[in-house]
Amino acid sequence: MAYSDKVVDHYENPRNVGTLDKSSEAVGTGLVGAPECGDVMRLQIRVNPQTQVIEDAKFKTFGCGSAIASSSLATEWVKGRTISDALTISNTDIVKELALPPVKIHCSVLAEDAIRAAIGDWKKKNGVADEAHAEVAVAS
Amino acid sequence: MSLQNAIGHNGNGNGSNGGVAGTNSTGVVITNSATPLPEGVHLPLYMDNHATTQLDPRVLEAMMPYFTGKFGNAASRNHQFGWEAEKAVETAREQIAKLIGATAKEIIFTSGATESDNLALKGVAEMYRERGNHIITQVTEHKAILDTCKKLEKQGFRVTYLPVMADGLIDLDDLKRAIVTEGPEKTILVSIMFANNEIGVIQPIAEIGKICHEKGVLFHTDAVQAVGKVPVDVQAMNIDMLSISAHKLYGPKGVGALYVRRRNPRVQITEQINGGGHERGMRSGTLNVPGIVGLGAACEICRNEMETEGKREQELRDHLRAKFEDALDYVRVNGNMEHHLPGNLNMSFVYVEGESLLMGINDIAVSSGSACTSATLEPSYVLKALGLGDDVAHSSIRFGLGRFNTRAEVDYVADKIIDVVRKLRELSPLYEMVKEGIDLTKIEWAAH
Repeated sequence: MAYSDKVVDHYENPRNVGTLDKSSEAVGTGLVGAPECGDVMRLQIRVNPQTQVIEDAKFKTFGCGSAIASSSLATEWVKGRTISDALTISNTDIVKELALPPVKIHCSVLAEDAIRAAIGDWKKKNGVADEAHAEVAVAS
Repeated sequence: MSLQNAIGHNGNGNGSNGGVAGTNSTGVVITNSATPLPEGVHLPLYMDNHATTQLDPRVLEAMMPYFTGKFGNAASRNHQFGWEAEKAVETAREQIAKLIGATAKEIIFTSGATESDNLALKGVAEMYRERGNHIITQVTEHKAILDTCKKLEKQGFRVTYLPVMADGLIDLDDLKRAIVTEGPEKTILVSIMFANNEIGVIQPIAEIGKICHEKGVLFHTDAVQAVGKVPVDVQAMNIDMLSISAHKLYGPKGVGALYVRRRNPRVQITEQINGGGHERGMRSGTLNVPGIVGLGAACEICRNEMETEGKREQELRDHLRAKFEDALDYVRVNGNMEHHLPGNLNMSFVYVEGESLLMGINDIAVSSGSACTSATLEPSYVLKALGLGDDVAHSSIRFGLGRFNTRAEVDYVADKIIDVVRKLRELSPLYEMVKEGIDLTKIEWAAH
């Protein structure tokens, strides 16, 4: 199977690999997937409590090249965004950016799940209530 | 291929930045390998000899005249073009028969082992249906057997799929219990593969043959991975039918054979392809003369070289295994290693997903037990049949050593894989968790 250049690039030079201190108040951790499915992603964010800006993001992924690339890209994209802005990242954006084939779409879904899980964890730690995710109509 | 690609980035960041909490570790680089390309190693490197093998130049040489001047139809009885072709085919029949202890008349040429398997199973099922409707096989067979059995089930046959033990071998007591000797459900055929294409384990074929003959049941074996690699003797092993493929033993693709026993007992099969009555009515169609010549030549080379080549491959295999076990933790071999093909090694590099590992060694051809690309996301059914967890199955790599692999290649492959496994484990949350003493089985994973 041929991988897109962007997947290969993220695989060969994954961004933001590593671990943040999960016991820190400022850190949200999302662990999604399952070993028996062949994909586990852990995405961590460090959030500035005043600005709610994601100042750092790290990941580790067990999975195929597309899973590694999806989570690597997710860390790049969330960095510098506010948490509410980061929640607008959708799996279809990841699919487009990495040119993932249909059989690899689940990798992008997992990356989106990982972002949501990490933000959810941070919110829980910091007593931030989940906003209602009302669909915002956008003029097309 | 380019030497530059392989060695051009030496000395680059080797990614020795572990997953310590709070550290800034962005320099993991997976494929810019520090493994130098040794003398005599050329890329891409082929080590997937269970999938197919390179045509031996000696085989090609034997085949060439039958593509050009000697182009006759082996069924042409009244001119020398036909006689020449027929003579070549009969020589090949002898060469194949000799390798497996059969007689030439017992060899039926086919388009390959999938056809041989289909012909054996469907041919026996149709011929012996009045004697009984029960067939026994096992769960780690090749799809050529399993899918054929599924089709026979739809036609009303009852098929028993024997399980395998954790080492990949069937339990002979299971087989004995499964055989039905009386009534309409009588067992007519047992089909058990000789050596497995993924894990390389060799079933107790002689014992299975003995049990089958004692109980009056025909015994077929898909011996695609075994013929030419390990001794096969249809007489001593009581084999009634046996499937062979040329391209697995350094012959050409598109040609195979089915051995069909003629005496004690005389096996009859109903033909599945009609039209001309070739191959004593069992398989019609003009013979693939160059291919058949190639299969014959390939068998003869195997017969002459099997003993020394088997020892050589086994040494290389053991060397490869030792290198992994010395360098890495959490590796395991899959399948019984005593009853094993000399050139096969199936290893799990736990906490690293197989497809990502293959991506890091994309100039080396091996196979993964992970099927992350399949729609079902199911890993290898063979590895699952051994009782391996899906996570371990996803982490497995099959190495298929063959005639043209060298020790320098084995060293290169081992070093490269060790390098990539280490780097991917730096990326693996599972490896980090296990190293911290977390029991992964206690985590509630959200299966997706």
